[in-house]
Amino acid sequence: MDSALIPKGVKRCPLPIFILGIVIIGIVLLWGVYAMILCWLKGLNQTNMNDYYGFALWIWADLAIIALGGGAFFTGLLRYIFGLDELKNIINYAVLIGFICYSSALLILAIDVGQPLRSWFIFWHANVHSMLTEVAFCLSCYFSVLAIEYIPLVLENRQIDKIPFFHHLGHNMHKVMAVFAATGAFLSCFHQGSLGGVAGVLYGRPFAYREGLLVWPWTFFLFTWSAAACGPCFTILITKITEFITGKKLVKDNVIDLLAKISGWMLGSYIIAKIIDTIYWATVTAPSLGFNLMDFYKDNSFYGIWILIVEIAVCGILPAVILLVPKFRQNKLLLYTAIILASIGVCLNRWVMVLQVMAAPVMSFDTWALYIPSWQEIATTILPVAYGIILIMISFRYLPIFPQEKELNSIE
Amino acid sequence: MLPFSFEWVWDAGHIVFMGGLWYSLSILGMGMTYCVIKTIIDINSNDQTENDHH
Repeated sequence: MDSALIPKGVKRCPLPIFILGIVIIGIVLLWGVYAMILCWLKGLNQTNMNDYYGFALWIWADLAIIALGGGAFFTGLLRYIFGLDELKNIINYAVLIGFICYSSALLILAIDVGQPLRSWFIFWHANVHSMLTEVAFCLSCYFSVLAIEYIPLVLENRQIDKIPFFHHLGHNMHKVMAVFAATGAFLSCFHQGSLGGVAGVLYGRPFAYREGLLVWPWTFFLFTWSAAACGPCFTILITKITEFITGKKLVKDNVIDLLAKISGWMLGSYIIAKIIDTIYWATVTAPSLGFNLMDFYKDNSFYGIWILIVEIAVCGILPAVILLVPKFRQNKLLLYTAIILASIGVCLNRWVMVLQVMAAPVMSFDTWALYIPSWQEIATTILPVAYGIILIMISFRYLPIFPQEKELNSIE
Repeated sequence: MLPFSFEWVWDAGHIVFMGGLWYSLSILGMGMTYCVIKTIIDINSNDQTENDHH
C-alpha cells in the first residue's frame, strides 16, 4: 500500500506488521505523554525530587543520551573534516540517532524546567557565569545542526525527491554539509564539556569537585572525551540491533571495524585520563577538602566501591582492550560485549556525576540521601525511548538510511 | 540578549557567551540561506535550459 514511498531496491515488512509495531510502541509513548501532561498540569510535585535532588533521574537521562548521541558529532567530524570516506555508509544513521538523542534531551528538559513557557528566558536573560547557560545555547544550536543534517535524508524519500525544489535543496545541503558538521563539532565539544563542568565546579561537594585548566575543571575535558569515545559505540550497537530485528546486513564489516577501532583509541586514551584524574582526586583533591576516598563509598546501601570498579575496569578498560586489539574486535561476540559495556559505562559515569554527587554527605552531620524516582519520572524517561524507536522505524522504512543495504541484500 | 537590551554589560562574559551564540546562529542561518538561494537559482537555470531545448 505504501510501496511508492519505500526506497527502490530494498524490501520492507508488510504495512500491517509495521503499523502493529508502531501501535505497540505507541502505547508506551502514550503512557509517557500522560505522565508528561501530569507534570505540566500539576507541577513538579509529581516527581520525587526535593531539596537534595534538584538534579535527578531526568538530568541523568539527559546527560546519558547526550553522551550516547555523541556518535553523531564525532562520526560527522571524522567523515566531513578528517575525510574518512568509508564512514559515509553509517553517517546517516549516526545523524538519525543523534537527532533522536538530542530531541529527547530537549523534551526531557522541557518537562524538567517546570515552567516551559519561560524556556526562552535562558536565551534572553542569560546568566553568562553559568555553565548551564553554555549547555542550553550549545544544545539548542546543535539540535538545529542535527535537524539540518537530517533534512537532506528526509528529502531523499522517493516521492519528496521528485519535487525539483526539494531535490536541489537536498543536493545543495549535502555540498555544504562540512560547514554544518564543523559547527556541530564545535558546539558539541562545548556542551558535552560544560555538562561535565557543572559537576566539576561544585567546590561545596568534594565528591564532584575537580581542579582544572583556566575556568574548565578536568571533568569538562573528560565528558567531551567520553562522549566522543562511547557515542560511536552506541551507534554501532543500534546498527547491530537494527540488523538483528530486520534480519538484514546493513553496513559492511570494514565500516564497523573502522569506527570500532577509532572508538577503541578514544576509549583507551579516555580511560587512562580518567584513571589519572581519579587517582589525583582521591589522593590530593578530596583529602585537601577533608575527605578520604572511602568516605564516598561507605555507610550506605547502594554506592559501594564496586561502582568505581565497574565504571573504570569493567566498562572502561575491558571494552577499550577489546576494541583496540584487531583479533578481539573482529570476534562478533567480543565486539558486541565491548560496545554494550562502553555504552553502559558512559551512562554509569553520568549517573555517578549526577546522582551520587547529590547522595553523598557533605557536612559531618549529614547522612546519605538516596532517592527513588516516581512513576511519572520513569514514564517520562521511557517516553523518549519509545519516540526514538518509532522515529527509527519510520525513517528506516521510508528513507535510504543505509547506502550499502541494496548491495548487501539483493532482492530478486 | 542583544547589546541594546537593558541587561547587557560590555564585559568578557557577555561578549564571549552571547557572541558565540549569535556567531553559531549566523553560520547556520547563512548556510541555510545559501542553500535555499542556490536551489532557486538551480531550478531557474534548469527551467531556462529546458526552455532553450524547446
